Amino acid sequence: MRVMSRNDLLLFVGFTVVVLAMPIWLHPFGAAYPDLLQRFMIFGIFAVGFNILFGLTGYLSFGHAAFFGVGSYAAVWSFKLLSLDAIPALIFAVVVSGLFSLIIGYVSLRRSGIYFSILTLAFAQMSYNLAYSVLTPITNGETGLQLTLGDPRSLDVAMGVSTVGQPVPTLLGQSLGGFAGFYFCAGFLILAFFIAQRITNSPFGMMLKGIKSNQTRMNYTGFNTKPYTLAAFVISGMYAGLAGALLAVTDPLAGAERMQWTASGEVVLMTILGGAGTLVGPVIGAWLIKYFENIFSAINDNILRGFWSFLPEGADNVMVTISSKFVGEGWFLTLGLLFVLVVVFLPGGIMEGVRRIAHLFDRKPKDKPGKAAPRPQPAE
Amino acid sequence: MTLLKRGLSRRRVLQTGVAGIIGTGVAPLMFTKGAWAQEFCNNPSGDTVTFGLNLPLTGAYAEEGADEQKAYELAVQHLNGEGDGGLISVLTPTALKGNGILGKKVAFVTSDSQTKADVARAGATRMIERDGAIMVTGGSSSAEAIAVQGLCQEMGVIFMAGLTHSNDTTGKDKRRYGFRHFFNAYQSGIGLGPVLGQEYGTDRRAYHLTADYTWGWTQEESMKAATEALGWQTVEAVRTPLGAADFSQYLTPVLNSGADVLILNHYGNDMVNSLTQAVQFGMRDRQANGKNFEIVVPLFSELMAKGAGANIKGIYGTSNWHWNLQDPGTIAFTKSFGAAYGAPPSQAAHTAYVQALLYADACERAGTFYPPEVIKALEGHEFDGMGNGPTLYRAEDHQCIKNVLVVQGNDNPTSEYDVLNIVQEVPRDTVAYDPTIFGGDLGPAEPAPMC
Amino acid sequence: MFEVIFLQFLNGLDKGAAYALIALGLTLVFGTLGVVNFAHGALFMLGAFCAVLFRQFVTLETVTLDPEKLSPWGAPLEIREPLVQAWFGDFGAVLVNYSVPASIIITIPIMLLVGIGLERGIIKHFYKRPHAEQILVTFGLAIVAQELIKSFFGPNPIPQPMPSDLRGAADIGAFLGMQANVITYPIWRLIYFLFSFVIIGGVFAFLQFTTFGMVVRAGMADRETVGLLGINIDRRFTIMFGLAAVVAGMAGVMYTPLLPPNYHIGMDFLVLSFVVVVVGGMGSLPGAVAAGFLLGILQSFASMTQVKALIPGIDQIIIYLVAVVILLVLPRGLFGRRGVMEA
Repeated sequence: MRVMSRNDLLLFVGFTVVVLAMPIWLHPFGAAYPDLLQRFMIFGIFAVGFNILFGLTGYLSFGHAAFFGVGSYAAVWSFKLLSLDAIPALIFAVVVSGLFSLIIGYVSLRRSGIYFSILTLAFAQMSYNLAYSVLTPITNGETGLQLTLGDPRSLDVAMGVSTVGQPVPTLLGQSLGGFAGFYFCAGFLILAFFIAQRITNSPFGMMLKGIKSNQTRMNYTGFNTKPYTLAAFVISGMYAGLAGALLAVTDPLAGAERMQWTASGEVVLMTILGGAGTLVGPVIGAWLIKYFENIFSAINDNILRGFWSFLPEGADNVMVTISSKFVGEGWFLTLGLLFVLVVVFLPGGIMEGVRRIAHLFDRKPKDKPGKAAPRPQPAE
Repeated sequence: MTLLKRGLSRRRVLQTGVAGIIGTGVAPLMFTKGAWAQEFCNNPSGDTVTFGLNLPLTGAYAEEGADEQKAYELAVQHLNGEGDGGLISVLTPTALKGNGILGKKVAFVTSDSQTKADVARAGATRMIERDGAIMVTGGSSSAEAIAVQGLCQEMGVIFMAGLTHSNDTTGKDKRRYGFRHFFNAYQSGIGLGPVLGQEYGTDRRAYHLTADYTWGWTQEESMKAATEALGWQTVEAVRTPLGAADFSQYLTPVLNSGADVLILNHYGNDMVNSLTQAVQFGMRDRQANGKNFEIVVPLFSELMAKGAGANIKGIYGTSNWHWNLQDPGTIAFTKSFGAAYGAPPSQAAHTAYVQALLYADACERAGTFYPPEVIKALEGHEFDGMGNGPTLYRAEDHQCIKNVLVVQGNDNPTSEYDVLNIVQEVPRDTVAYDPTIFGGDLGPAEPAPMC
Repeated sequence: MFEVIFLQFLNGLDKGAAYALIALGLTLVFGTLGVVNFAHGALFMLGAFCAVLFRQFVTLETVTLDPEKLSPWGAPLEIREPLVQAWFGDFGAVLVNYSVPASIIITIPIMLLVGIGLERGIIKHFYKRPHAEQILVTFGLAIVAQELIKSFFGPNPIPQPMPSDLRGAADIGAFLGMQANVITYPIWRLIYFLFSFVIIGGVFAFLQFTTFGMVVRAGMADRETVGLLGINIDRRFTIMFGLAAVVAGMAGVMYTPLLPPNYHIGMDFLVLSFVVVVVGGMGSLPGAVAAGFLLGILQSFASMTQVKALIPGIDQIIIYLVAVVILLVLPRGLFGRRGVMEA
């Protein structure tokens, strides 16, 4: 019995290479700057974790942003109270968000289908509303929780570490700004991907897929499915917490709006856009949406004018007017259109598109109907 | 769960792990070279200098954002010596020459902040890291401003705040690298109080509806202090959720509470909705305690006044600036903006424009873009001609101290822009306050080692 | 104290009627077509903008420039003359005054077309697809709709004045023989309350007492058998989607005086309407109405200062808290059927 099939290994190595080489191949796309790369990693982790729940068990959570937010808050509190080092913050955040998701998951998983979705949505919205108002002593409300010079940082004080100037998170004394922060997050994304891959191919993962295809049958065969779904829920909540904590590491501010239902909806969109149930799909979906949000939204009329300047006088103005509706402040429109097109024509998300294209080039079509494991995808 | 363990072998974990470690360890070395060439963040080396405009182009304050963007574009034109020059000739004292800043042409990059602190920070980081912005400016909420100025402090990049009215921006969350031209909730209270006393008497009972977040609380606190100093009583102060849309359940208890003034500590769509609905509840036709029932909205914006339509008529509030002022600065700016865009500028546009000019002027006076020197040039700077009378950029908290306008909804607007009347210009000595009352710490001016 | 409680109860009923009306269209679509329509909020918003469009049309003006006088910002002063008076005379003034209710005339055909176009163009391809894909495609459509509205009407709310006769508050207390000026309530909210009742009652009657309704109900229960009987059930389902769009649109139109519409109001109501529908039980029309009233009344009472003093922040979360409690006690909401949307 081979532990990791050749295809899986190829996929993992390919993924690792693609991720680590991002600063190079994203350069022509104008996205190779540390902050966006960090966000690519962080939301990649978030989406991979969400896919463990939604892609494998089929339970559609509409409140995952709550765990993301709780992870951020926990990490910032760790920076404030314990130490500026990233490691305790990450551990603390994952534990806290794990506990939080255990409670919410235990209650919400008593129901299934849309009732489950609404329960998770309700919990997340309650967390958001309270974080914004009543819980301000803990969350600092609208302004967001930030590091200040006067924080206690008991561990740092005990170790005799003192900070000069504005406190920023570190890793064993090393700064995590810029590309160092990116590689730190990239390491976690690769680790997260590896674990997700192992889970998918493990008997536990098979169990989850069984729950997705027919839970009643699983129950009749004598399985108590609840512990499995709850485990998947908690794992995916911990992924979200880790992602939230990493966002706080690279940018030490935790705001309530990252818990709002639109943020939960965003991770759903990422996962489905990329391809729910596949390993790589959610990551690609996350990258695409973050790319749109950060790069497309920054294109203004001046840039467009430069882009269309090869056209004759008059025609370029027309093109600038038309295209400006879709970029800059119109980036959301483009995203909406893209969703509609993808869902209508590629129900399996972008990964299905990739698979179809790969199929076209595949000379001798091999039909392996029973194969559940994702096939290796060409690196884009 | 335990089944999972069977699938993992130590060997596999080690193999894959080592590959990852090597990858993460080696790769950074390839990209950090050359980072030492500049001695501070984004020192402009070519013949242009780039402003980073962080604007809410989508979300609740998109219209403010669009107006700010127009103003910045105008300011950049004027700084580069294009257009009619706008306020450059009116600013006194001025070091601006109309040939860019320190001989470098001004360019700008934009980012959509969506009125969310997280997104605003991501956008600001992008403009600093990728686009080489020397200064970040803009924004239309206090959460955004506080989040971005914290980031700018870390990065060592100056932040010129746009529309932010919370006391915290230059109070407990003030930063050495953050500067605010706009006024704040505390000044609204001091400015509005006497006018309310004059118009509505000293024997009033006030009912507050307050947006339940930090800005709302500071606004409520400031208004309570100002009105109670007049001798008013506070019947009740009720917090409403942000974005509640329907405020009816908070308005019904007002009717029989014994209050005769309703103070709406709301802004943006909350203010439009709560005011519209309060008027529908017949509050302005009511009598209470033998007096006419009144509504007060402490912070006004002409864009929101347009959204509230006829409901705004006769209602008192405060404003940072209004195009209807008659000083040379205001006339020049209104004319310049109107000629370019066919409509008078809003207060958001004004504060954005002024901030851009003030930063440029400070660089010229400092003779460098080096942030600590520019900060020194801005701190304690006294200037005039920008439409608010003589103004001081206070060194202690980076708050501009200038006149505050008390405004009233116009009963007979002559055009769709003519929604507000200026009731009084409260002189700046009245609205100045002790900067220590809000606490906070500016932090160091030395730039961060890298950005 | 009595008048405070009475007023809050009245307000709860009013809110409840609004919630029920907004949730009604969503339930119609789900109950008949089995489609989870995340674009429902967008339909509400489009309806509201029908009112805006109608008002912009009746307040069209001829603009002549007066080069003699200049506005303070240097542009020539504009002299505006309303066109509608020129066309209709005095009736024009009435039309402007009553623009909100009058705009229902254009809302019905527009929303019917939008609904039918949406169903025929996109939704019908999704009947057999998983709910997650229905959610995504309708969510995408909602984004497209709201962004298009934004690029035409701008991001700011556009106030829609109510007819001048219906402004202000009605003295219900005096009407019921109590002291004057104690229990007053905005007239327009009372109208909205009645309007909701008429529409909800109309939809129930339509489904219950017409042949069309009977066929649709049969189709809801067993689509294939109805099809085998030679009835074109698809066309009826298309019309049902159009009807749901009209209901959502009319709810939007009548809501505009209470809430100046901007492009974003659809999203604001989306979550709320889903909570109402789910608490009521997916696909159950009486459930949606009952849940609407329940949530409206509870929300009103939770906002009272006395209650808030007891449990801080309760007014912020009451809707969600009720949803959680109900779903835990009653697995399928108030009136949900077994096996619907549970997979």
